[in-house]
Amino acid sequence: MFYRETGQFKTSYAADQQIFPIRQDRIGVVLLLIAAFVVMPLAASNYWFNAILIPFLIFSLAAIGLNILTGYAGQLSLGSAAFMAVGAYAAYNFQVRVEGMPILVSFMLAGLTSAGVGILFGLPSLRIKGFYLAVATLAAQFFIVWCLTKFPYLSNNSSSGVISVPGIEILGIKFDAPQERYLLVLAIVALLALVAKNMVRSTTGRAWMAVRDMDVAAEVIGIRLMRTKLLAFAISSFYCGVAGALYAFCYLGSVEPDGFSLDLSFKILFMIIVGGVGSILGSFLGAAFILLLPIFLDIFLPWLSALLQLPFDGATVSHIQLMVFGALIMFFLIVEPHGLARLWQIGKEKLRLWPFPH
Amino acid sequence: MIAGLKKLVVASSIAAALLAGATSTAQAAEEQFFMLPSYRVGPYGANGQSWYGGFIDYLNYVNMKGGIDGVQATWEECETEYNNAKGVECYERMKSKAQKAPGPIHVMSTGISYALVDKVAADKLPLAMMGYGLTSAVDGSVFPWSFPLVTTYQMQASAIVKFLKDKNGGSLAGKKIVFLYHDSAYGKEPILALEAESRLNKYTLVQIPVAHPGNEQGAQWQRIRQEQPDYVIMWGWGVMNMTALKTAQKMGFPREKMIGSWWAGSEEDTVPAGDAAKGYMSATWNVAGKGVPLIADIEKTVYGAGKGNLKDTSKIGTILYNRGVSAAVLSVEAIRAAQAKYGKAKAMGPEQVRWGLENLNLTEARLKALGATGLLPEVKTSCDNHEGSGKVKMQQWDGAKWVPLTDWIEGNKALIHPLFKADAAKYAKEKGITPRDCSKEK
Repeated sequence: MFYRETGQFKTSYAADQQIFPIRQDRIGVVLLLIAAFVVMPLAASNYWFNAILIPFLIFSLAAIGLNILTGYAGQLSLGSAAFMAVGAYAAYNFQVRVEGMPILVSFMLAGLTSAGVGILFGLPSLRIKGFYLAVATLAAQFFIVWCLTKFPYLSNNSSSGVISVPGIEILGIKFDAPQERYLLVLAIVALLALVAKNMVRSTTGRAWMAVRDMDVAAEVIGIRLMRTKLLAFAISSFYCGVAGALYAFCYLGSVEPDGFSLDLSFKILFMIIVGGVGSILGSFLGAAFILLLPIFLDIFLPWLSALLQLPFDGATVSHIQLMVFGALIMFFLIVEPHGLARLWQIGKEKLRLWPFPH
Repeated sequence: MIAGLKKLVVASSIAAALLAGATSTAQAAEEQFFMLPSYRVGPYGANGQSWYGGFIDYLNYVNMKGGIDGVQATWEECETEYNNAKGVECYERMKSKAQKAPGPIHVMSTGISYALVDKVAADKLPLAMMGYGLTSAVDGSVFPWSFPLVTTYQMQASAIVKFLKDKNGGSLAGKKIVFLYHDSAYGKEPILALEAESRLNKYTLVQIPVAHPGNEQGAQWQRIRQEQPDYVIMWGWGVMNMTALKTAQKMGFPREKMIGSWWAGSEEDTVPAGDAAKGYMSATWNVAGKGVPLIADIEKTVYGAGKGNLKDTSKIGTILYNRGVSAAVLSVEAIRAAQAKYGKAKAMGPEQVRWGLENLNLTEARLKALGATGLLPEVKTSCDNHEGSGKVKMQQWDGAKWVPLTDWIEGNKALIHPLFKADAAKYAKEKGITPRDCSKEK
């Protein structure tokens, strides 16, 4: 009913191949972009920018990165946080050591540095698969964090290994206010998400999916495994690297190697599992779920316990929050193992038929 | 079931109405709001419980004694789990509430405080880092809003060296000291200071890192046995401390030659190590025990009235509990200092509290009046010295409790403070900050 595509004829190849073939989707996306670019900067408070929107966008980007590697190319990785660390530290070093370096170029180079490191740690994927590969990427996780702690050069000889990033300035405009930084992050994330969406629909993406579904068959039909897998590692790490640079420059302002721990890698992995493995939309939904739900519970549970006059103190509420969060993850995975993105798809199909059952 | 639910809804709405009524009447008095991004769960939850328990107990105590010159302290906690991103989220959530009349912010985490240093400068809110955090903030000309109060890792390391020097008849020449550290920002911080001291005092410094979390230290202690050092200075945290003590016992290294930092010198570190901890020494900037009149009085007044924050009252008087109380004492005294200048019996704004922190003068006489003699050293801050003291005490674990060994020992300020200055200057250059001129501050 609401979601019928009756009467929408595709008369050209271009129309047939566009990202959103259904008009309702196109309108929806345009509305969403207007909301994100225009309404949000006007309406949201500093708290929303600093604590919710900016981290949400940054982690969405990291989740897209991991989704390219794990969801599309089928290479399980536990090193996403480490690649973020490479991006953060690389951007910092380019910015501090090269006089007059434009920040956007630094972000770009940070992504490229991370891609290079990603290729290096992607090499084992040519020989090993599945869980064994996950263990190999764990090496990246520990090695990179160790490296950043070990060599003071990488943190510009800071005595503690913690880096504190300089301010952001593009073409003489300072990005100090939260909404300015939000818009910067949003622009970068929107652009890279668009690129990712197109990439996974192209030859490259199809090659990744072929390798994911059966690499022997993919090789037989002429896909070069080495190139495809390493490309997936490179692009995935590029995304994680840019996310890491944004994490340091636009979100926290100061990062330490220990912040990019295995926990963070797991968090990103959970984002794509909950959001939807092999879906760009899923990366956003997963990031929202994993990041925002704890915050929501954190605010909602004390309010609820005060309302019902339950004898809970702060620590108990925190424990309950962890339990509820864990239970909700399990609930969603049981109800929909393919993630929130699949849930959204089912919802769309239902809306298409509604109010008729068939 | 439905009826039960209905009853619950009715009851809760009545409760909500009552609650709303109660808060509206309380609004009339002047209030000073303390944001507490605390942690009570997670790997360091036990530490956070004692520390924030002490902090809140003292605020309650002050309120019960008539407030900060009539101004009531209010506070709100937010769980950070010792996680930087969550800490920033908590800060952002509570900062609008703190804009009017903030208490100094305490996060009890070096990582979170690093992330907040720039934010508090932009939002104009005072940040206190009691013995942790960004140590170059000692230079208040670059960091007007951040206060690494009492003492820093570098000054502590220097004070430990001084203690060892005194113990060895005034010279450490030819001695060998192993620095065993948690391989993180926290553990690496004192290295520069120890290196500077080693050049000055001609001892050999051997650095041995322990990877987080440090629950396996066989290799490190094997190396220590080969090196045969005269002393081991340990910068440990959490489970690493008790593992070090146990491994030292196994390897036969005397604990009387081990000196820990103040995060390696609490009951949480020594009790689990059992008899392996006996004789172990550590630095501290506050003493443990209920021997301090203030701590005993808090227990009597606050817990007597049933307003105590700790469920486990055996934690009262532990090192970390007393440290939380000390932090609260300094915060409240800073507000009192501001009130003396800007108006008695008024809630203080952010700029005024900042002035109070920068012009804090906690003398021995004032400590005595508070009943806190010996709890913490005298603190006198200024624009170019946000640390204010730089003194620590040495204490020794006798198998059941921490016993103070020495009086307050001051680190080598002439050697260490220039390091802070240099680091702050580098920071100012990276960030494009123009330092204030401290001679013009009044």
